[in-house]
Amino acid sequence: MEDPNHSDTHEASAAQVGDHPEASEAYGVPMVQVRGQLVLHPSRADLLDLAATLKADGFVQCVDLCAVDYLTHPQRQGLPADVSAERFEMVACFISHGSQSAPAPRRLRARVQVPQDDPVLPSLCDVYPGVENMEREIYDMFGIVFENHPDMSRILMPDEWDGHPLRRDYAVGQVPVQFKGAPS
Amino acid sequence: MSAPAVAPASITEAVPAAVPAAPPASPAVASPASPLSRVLSRDNSSPVLRDLNTAPSKEGTMVVNMGPQHPSTHGVLRLLLELDGEVVVRSKPVIGYLHTGMEKTGETLTFLQGPTNVTRMDYASPLFNELVFCMATEELLGLEIPPRAVWIRMLLCELNRMSSHLLFQATNGMDIGAVSMMLYGWREREEVLRLLEKITGLRMNHNYIRPGGVAADLPDGWQQDTLGVCDLVEPRLEEYDTLLTGQPIWRERLQGVGAISTDECLALGVTGPILRSTGYAWDLRRNMGYLAYDEVEFDVLCGSFGDCFDRYAIRLNEIRESIRIVRQIVEKIPLGDYRTQDKKITPPPRARIDESMEALIHHFKIFTEGFKVPEGEVYTAVESPRGELGCYLVSDGSSKPMRLHIRAPSFVNLQTLPYMMEGALVADAVAIISSVDPIMGEVDR
Repeated sequence: MEDPNHSDTHEASAAQVGDHPEASEAYGVPMVQVRGQLVLHPSRADLLDLAATLKADGFVQCVDLCAVDYLTHPQRQGLPADVSAERFEMVACFISHGSQSAPAPRRLRARVQVPQDDPVLPSLCDVYPGVENMEREIYDMFGIVFENHPDMSRILMPDEWDGHPLRRDYAVGQVPVQFKGAPS
Repeated sequence: MSAPAVAPASITEAVPAAVPAAPPASPAVASPASPLSRVLSRDNSSPVLRDLNTAPSKEGTMVVNMGPQHPSTHGVLRLLLELDGEVVVRSKPVIGYLHTGMEKTGETLTFLQGPTNVTRMDYASPLFNELVFCMATEELLGLEIPPRAVWIRMLLCELNRMSSHLLFQATNGMDIGAVSMMLYGWREREEVLRLLEKITGLRMNHNYIRPGGVAADLPDGWQQDTLGVCDLVEPRLEEYDTLLTGQPIWRERLQGVGAISTDECLALGVTGPILRSTGYAWDLRRNMGYLAYDEVEFDVLCGSFGDCFDRYAIRLNEIRESIRIVRQIVEKIPLGDYRTQDKKITPPPRARIDESMEALIHHFKIFTEGFKVPEGEVYTAVESPRGELGCYLVSDGSSKPMRLHIRAPSFVNLQTLPYMMEGALVADAVAIISSVDPIMGEVDR
């Protein structure tokens, strides 16, 4: 796109049309390249170790943490062959401002599968303290619990709120509009 | 004041390497054993008041609620302050009072309607929200936008950065007690907004940057208007310097207040002027260029003490840098299309609808059903006036996003408040909130 480094956008999206994109390995976990962006696919058990390795490798910040509910779209593309899709996914975006081994700034994304019946993840707060609010937001919006988090409470919704609004099976609030004579 | 303006001493030109920050000037902050001991601490020695039931870290402290209706909280930020007399011991920002579920709303709107939604998140810099959403959509579409659209986007964003930082100057002045500054800041911001209104049709919430380009070409005479605003604002910034920068009371209120170190900023995920104020030159426009920022000249400004004064001075001087960029854009902007000619994404011109059935169908399809975006997920980021503004977008192949997540810089930056406020006076807490420049619409989304 606008970024000259991403000039291979068309090839990347073409390669992604296949069922499983070309997978390789980095930091001991499967890695795919999508649209010029590098995506790691660690398991839940690997997440903490991966974060520590990334931090040691110059990824100074975990800039973003969010979750996705794939309830309505379970068979998504882009996963490596050996990663089985679960309902939830947590996505962490890491950024390196440039290290001695790799002087150019770069980004890396990790997608972690989180099963519906056991929505628990280890907290990254000890490695990247800045994710504290973002993990609380994921808990609030998706009901994914982070173990060993210093303050696992709701952040945007009221404490006594029932349900997790960004789940796909949580209805969008709306006022029903009735037209004259229309069946309600 | 008749004294000549004093240039901010701590502002230097950017250096590529990270410079470790000088020790905080505030005498109230004890130097911690390890640079990260404060952010990693989880017991009651942490400056974050996570649990009201934990024992106070000191004898005789009192927990006081501040906000969400307090005028200095920039909307609806609420703070829990544990006070030892007038001194803040621990604190915690409580947010969510402006939560309207905009990310959920985004899932029910098509990609074309998306900018209308995201533009309301950070209402002081709406064009950046539109930009990051459109960049993510275009990345998923694999769409290249025409060069003129790129430059128009850059022009609008820099004008918006000016208006956002002018708003900061106004509210910051008001919070600290320089009430006349509030009037001046709003006055100049209004000039910029008037120009934005002329270009986009609206003062705020423009919905001007759309997937595939921008909504309309620049109006006739935009060069004169734009340069006119630049010529108007620039000398006013000198007046701000005279009024505030060199003024002893102003410096007394800000220097050494709310200091934070580079290490703590990086650990807390902080970006933007707060990170740069610690002497760490990191700006996405320079370091991970997007749009056409590699074709214009500008400096990345950074401070050295990471205190409220550095944050004030950086934002003031970033207005000057934006003016510099805007002037270059007026000179260099190429001619051509302002949006892509891909008929599946761009609606046809109004005149074509009268004569072509095909155009009518396209128009109808785009505005009822929307265009389909290939399946996939993408993260894009831009440098908003508050830091890294990111958009994580997931499409399931339909015309609506399956997940729209905005990485709001204010949401993350707010985490620094307890660390900046530790050992500060309550009056300084107001200056510190102001210096973080949070926009609650973006925090709560």
